[in-house]
Amino acid sequence: MKPAPFQYVRASSIDDALAGLAGHGDDAKVLAGGQSLIALMNLRLVRPAVLVDINRLSDLAYIRQENGTLAIGALTRQSAVESSDVIARLCPLMAEAIRFVGHRPIRNRGTVGGNLAHADPTSELPAVAVALGATFVTRSQKGQRTIAADDFFVAPLSTTLASNELLTEVRIPVWPAGQGWAFMEVSPRAGDYALVGVAATLRAADGVCQSGRLVYSGVGPRPIRVAKAEQALVGCSSGEATFREVAEIAAGQVEPSSDFHATADYRRDLVRALTRRALMVALDRCQKGA
Amino acid sequence: MEQVQLTLTVNGTRYSRPVEPRCLLSDFIRHDLGLTGTHVGCEHGVCGMCTVLIDGQTARTCLTFAVQVDGAEITTVEALGTPAKLHPLQQAFWEKHGLQCGYCTPAMLLTAVELLNNNPNPTRNEICEAMSANLCRCTGYQTIVDAVESAAAAMKGEAR
Ligand SMILES: Cc1cc2nc3c(=O)[nH]c(=O)nc-3n(C[C@H](O)[C@H](O)[C@H](O)COP(=O)(O)OP(=O)(O)OC[C@H]3O[C@@H](n4cnc5c(N)ncnc54)[C@H](O)[C@@H]3O)c2cc1C
Ligand code: FES
Ligand code: FES
Repeated sequence: MKPAPFQYVRASSIDDALAGLAGHGDDAKVLAGGQSLIALMNLRLVRPAVLVDINRLSDLAYIRQENGTLAIGALTRQSAVESSDVIARLCPLMAEAIRFVGHRPIRNRGTVGGNLAHADPTSELPAVAVALGATFVTRSQKGQRTIAADDFFVAPLSTTLASNELLTEVRIPVWPAGQGWAFMEVSPRAGDYALVGVAATLRAADGVCQSGRLVYSGVGPRPIRVAKAEQALVGCSSGEATFREVAEIAAGQVEPSSDFHATADYRRDLVRALTRRALMVALDRCQKGA
Repeated sequence: MEQVQLTLTVNGTRYSRPVEPRCLLSDFIRHDLGLTGTHVGCEHGVCGMCTVLIDGQTARTCLTFAVQVDGAEITTVEALGTPAKLHPLQQAFWEKHGLQCGYCTPAMLLTAVELLNNNPNPTRNEICEAMSANLCRCTGYQTIVDAVESAAAAMKGEAR
């Protein structure tokens, strides 16, 4: 249970980190909170030759509003998100979801960028990022690029980040007035990775649903957005009857697999139940916000 | 093997030691400093036994390399109280039977320290949520929650 030896590089600037990553290909890894990477290293499931520690890059730890956008630095600790008034106001869906990420000691060190780059398909933040149409800003020695959340997640623990590329910022449109939300999940024990989670948003007025987003964790290799269920909301009366139908569609569309933790059928049942419940809560918040 | 010079403060004492980068903070605290109050269970982040405070915040030392905490201030269970003068949380764990074998106790105590620092008046649910970061194979948890509740009251100077 001890990690294999590696060369340690403590980066003192973004350029420094990029220089440390360059030329090592897949043998170099970024060390952020370490809450996934060090566990994998202890189990010797990964053995990087070089670790580039970005924990001293305090200019990558911030939460700020820039016009219509909420910008979150990649090194922002998950516990900082949890206690941030700005997040509560401008991104209540993330504020709700972050509490499901591990436990307090894990969130004290775990970062937003590390969580997203790790790309666990049962993780909460990737589903939130896809639901809200987030954009990821990255840097490499070739320069900066932006990647839509929808294009970022590829497969379990796999993203479109290049091995020498640093995720630097997550950009999310500021919460539109009157939009409801809910993040819900079922996990065997509090703080564990979930079996299934749902990130839901809803806009409704005068008893009619106008639009919504439904993105699931735990039912595929990456966050799964179910467009058919979202479309079924539009123009329908906002209430439990519609939400039951939408939940049925969502349960029919997802293709979860069975594993040690749960069967595919059970996961489908969870999608059905969580969709209905999340939309009910989202509607309630939408009405309260209006 | 490459070594890196590490300087940090543990329980108020400054230490400066060379460490291998792959040395986990849990091993550094136990083997290099001889502070064996910090326990090790799973070594991959699941059980919480290795919890200490890094700059006042709980963290799992099996998921932290010692080199990462250069310059930091670490608090381990050894700093809490003495047999003659227990910390109010230790006193409460004793009185409420918040421990049996004691393996999880250092982590439970430090987790409770952080909770009560941030929230001197937690509800029972909030205590459960915070303490769920650590596994206990003995007590069934209820007496641990009782102990934290009782310590919170004691630390506010109320009757227990
Ligand atoms: C017991 C336990 C329970 C947990 N439960 C949950 C849970 O319920 N939900 C959940 O979502 N997570 C959970 N986690 C994981 C936790 O959220 C991690 O913090 C997170 O997955 C990784 O973030 P990190 O900052 O610790 O990254 P690290 O572990 O340091 O890195 C993870 C990966 O991302 C890469 N990386 C990190 N930062 C960057 C960057 N800026 N640019 C490019 N690459 C980068 C690293 O190279 C590595 O490959 C749990 C962890 C533990 C130990
Ligand atoms: S030993 Fe660190 S969490 Fe189990
Ligand atoms: S008292 Fe034995 S593990 Fe908790």
